[in-house]
Amino acid sequence: MVSVNLWSGLRAFADGKDVVEVDAKNVGEVLSGLVAAYPGLEHAIEAGVSVAVDGKVIARGLTNEVKPDSEIYLLQQLKGG
Amino acid sequence: MAFDDTKIENFKVVGTRVKRPDGMDKVTGKAKFGADVVAPGMLHAAVVRSPHAHARIIKIDASKAEALKGVKGVVTRADFAEGLTGGNLDVLENVMAGEKALYDGHAVAAVAATSALIARDAIKLVKVEYEVLPHVTDVDKAMKKDAPVIRAGTADKSVPLGMHENVVRYHESGHGDLEAGFAAADMVIEETFKTEATHQGYIEPHACLASMGDGNGDLWCCTQGHWNVQKLCAAMLGLEQSQLRVTASEIGGGFGGKTAVFIEPVALALSRKTNRPVKLVMSRSEVFRATGPTSSTSMDVKIGMNKEGIITAAEGTFRLQGGAFPGAPMEFTAMCAFAPYNIENVKQIGYDVLANRPKQAAYRAPGSPMAAFAVESVVNELCDKLGLDRLEVRLKNASKQGTKASFGPTWDRIGLVETLEAAQIHPHYAAPLKAGQGRGVSCGFWFNHGGETSVTLALSEDGTAQLSVGTPDIGGSRASMAQMAAEELGIPYENIRTTIADTATLGYNEVSHGSRVTYASGLATIEAARAAVKKLKGRAAAKWGIDEDAVVWEDGCAKPAGSNAGEFDPLPIEKLTAKMGSTGGPIVGHFEATPEGAGVSFATHIVDAEVDKETGHTKVVRYTVIQDAGKAINPAYVEGQFQGGAAQGIGWALNEEYIYGKDGRLQNSGFLDYRIPVASDLPMIDTVIVEVPNPGHPYGVRGVGETSICPPLAAIADAVSNAAGVQLKELPMSPQRILSALTEQARV
Amino acid sequence: MIHVNTKVNGDEVEFLCDPRETLLDALRDRLNLTGAKEGCGTGDCGACSVTLDGRLVCSCLVLGAEAEGKEIGTVEGIANGEELHPLQEKFIEHAALQCGICTPGILVATKSLLEKYPSPTETQVRYWLAGNLCRCTGYDKIVRAVMETAADLRKAS
Repeated sequence: MVSVNLWSGLRAFADGKDVVEVDAKNVGEVLSGLVAAYPGLEHAIEAGVSVAVDGKVIARGLTNEVKPDSEIYLLQQLKGG
Repeated sequence: MAFDDTKIENFKVVGTRVKRPDGMDKVTGKAKFGADVVAPGMLHAAVVRSPHAHARIIKIDASKAEALKGVKGVVTRADFAEGLTGGNLDVLENVMAGEKALYDGHAVAAVAATSALIARDAIKLVKVEYEVLPHVTDVDKAMKKDAPVIRAGTADKSVPLGMHENVVRYHESGHGDLEAGFAAADMVIEETFKTEATHQGYIEPHACLASMGDGNGDLWCCTQGHWNVQKLCAAMLGLEQSQLRVTASEIGGGFGGKTAVFIEPVALALSRKTNRPVKLVMSRSEVFRATGPTSSTSMDVKIGMNKEGIITAAEGTFRLQGGAFPGAPMEFTAMCAFAPYNIENVKQIGYDVLANRPKQAAYRAPGSPMAAFAVESVVNELCDKLGLDRLEVRLKNASKQGTKASFGPTWDRIGLVETLEAAQIHPHYAAPLKAGQGRGVSCGFWFNHGGETSVTLALSEDGTAQLSVGTPDIGGSRASMAQMAAEELGIPYENIRTTIADTATLGYNEVSHGSRVTYASGLATIEAARAAVKKLKGRAAAKWGIDEDAVVWEDGCAKPAGSNAGEFDPLPIEKLTAKMGSTGGPIVGHFEATPEGAGVSFATHIVDAEVDKETGHTKVVRYTVIQDAGKAINPAYVEGQFQGGAAQGIGWALNEEYIYGKDGRLQNSGFLDYRIPVASDLPMIDTVIVEVPNPGHPYGVRGVGETSICPPLAAIADAVSNAAGVQLKELPMSPQRILSALTEQARV
Repeated sequence: MIHVNTKVNGDEVEFLCDPRETLLDALRDRLNLTGAKEGCGTGDCGACSVTLDGRLVCSCLVLGAEAEGKEIGTVEGIANGEELHPLQEKFIEHAALQCGICTPGILVATKSLLEKYPSPTETQVRYWLAGNLCRCTGYDKIVRAVMETAADLRKAS
């Protein structure tokens, strides 16, 4: 199980929580786990998210590993100019 | 893929100032940019554009245009694919209007003719019947109850109830207890700031040459990302992606504005209809009216600080309009705003608002410069009111490894503190100021990016190498790529030729943006070179009859690892490549991945300015950029990025703005009235490259191209405030705005 | 169509052009000299700079027909075969170009400057170049390259 931190604007879609526990071994499983637990999060995830794992921002990759003690933050997807 | 500690002391090529390979062509006029190619039988295209900011399109009658001698075809929205949804539909809608014209300059039809002059004459003959609708161009006005609805039903689920339909996306993040935090402050300052839209201002207008055949096509265009162009154009024309081959020309500036498509699908549609190659080049006026400027913003920032200079709480609300389509980068404005500070109680809110303006596009750290303008200005004001030093306060609150970012995660290794400390000891900070001059300071931050990357390194029979990358060269990256390959292969830099390959030749590559090229294409180049080296070692091992592990690669030669591996003379690369056909086949190293681990880049800027109180004119007299580059592969080009970003920030702070009239039409769509900095406006721009290695890159590289545009807005506002005694909260700080502020202050 | 006889970079050339075509259009589309660029079409950016009988002009503000009987100098004529002009060498050495789109215009303009004023100050260089927009470099390395070239040329003469 890993703890996933949501940005505060997503609380409304996760029963008021800003930390959600999911069973996941990689970033892809984190995202699908979140949607399975709270279907209301789907629109935000579909719109595009990046995931910060232990301070490293994973812009898009779903196969990056997460560990039980990883610090995981959901962020809106990063793009540049 | 991680940072390679062993390399750091021993770089031979990386870190030197080599000559860029495309330099010769660019100083002789040989280099081919977007508008520089022709094809046999080529037609020229021109675009019919709406003169109304908001109007329903009732009817398009192109009969007179079609009848004009030399006109070979006309396209409208009907000539594009149907059934697109989401982002693709937004892009198509922006490329060619459907039911409504949504901004002044919105494309409604296009014509192809045998000469550019005939095409220009023809568009005047296309009769479009419009039903003009009320429009709105200001972000705050667009959110008000009585604002015209621009595109009903576009808001997503994140938007709170009760907001106007023009509010289409919402962001909220932060942590802690704001009320307690503000209560603990000795001083709380709350201000509102506004910035107007600006344009990337690349000197090369968009240009392309499209040639459609039987279900397939070839497209030449100036772009920051040709795979992205391929993907979008294929969708809009109903083509399979692999049937469209896109080649990136040399690009005359992009800065984010050429990460989108505007004219390419139109040229392809015309080519398909006429069955001839079609060249489409935008005029400067079209570039301003109908490509992707930045958002304009309206921002409220509130910061509380105690007497010791610790920020106890911070709150920001950021309203951005991104044109008539969702996508204003308000979440980046929100996330970057307080990023340089370690704050226990922080909250940031962002709104993405529609307006009757063109669809915004990225411009160097999209969203971040505006946030820095607001937040850094309030921090500076607090320093003044509490009698504290600007750099000391920033150091006291600085984000560093292990502290929690304003948007949540714990920071990994970052270089903000190093840039602040470098600023403290820089001679600029202590230099005496003349009368009428003021000094300003600001920090800035950008995330930087990884993204899909594919690179191939092919060895030639003579031991030289051909490197194919997929990221258009927008800043001199061909030189840096060749440097990294030379470092790994141990061969001279001059023996490597770097080419930007077309979409048919390499795996997918994400756009050159997010300051990702030196990081991601560089990392891929290093990995591809290491793969080639492994194969070379294998050939040497086979020749010597020893284990592959017993061979090392040094100075461009295979050598036995030690004396017990055997007594063999070193085999230089050319001896191995000369025989490669018969010893196992051609030797190629390649690497495809979506690297994650781009390092963020922080900067601190110092600027001195003088203000003429009679004319309101500001002169920048001294400028210093101090920024963390992780590892500077080619210092000259890193300096160039620092200086270029600073210059754009100076223009944004002092002169550049989109001016819309009451009729919703853009009033200043040319370089005379959209005033970017010229050579006589600027001083020399000093630079300090700080190197705090990025753990996510073998050499420690961080992207540098974007952060440099973030600090100038607030730094210059600070300098102007100190020089003239008035604090401006609206950009640009043009002479007339400064004069009004001075007059207002004199009256009070 | 108007038949124009002119000299470009020392070579006698001729072309046909529409009366409305600019010299920039004629150079690029009729003579395939694509070094001069259109950045704005209104004489504000200098990317189309050429010399017309020794005078620095924006070729987008000159008509193709006006080239009749005149001598035009473009960026393609600055180097001497394989031998680059010192300005061109210095620009590469000093990284005085990033994307390179403004470079042809700036080279034509600065060659013209140094021919008229061999010892410009930094301020003079900056004001001479005020009609040539660059969006990438912030002008710093361009000005350094020009000043150093001026110094080298003075030493050599």
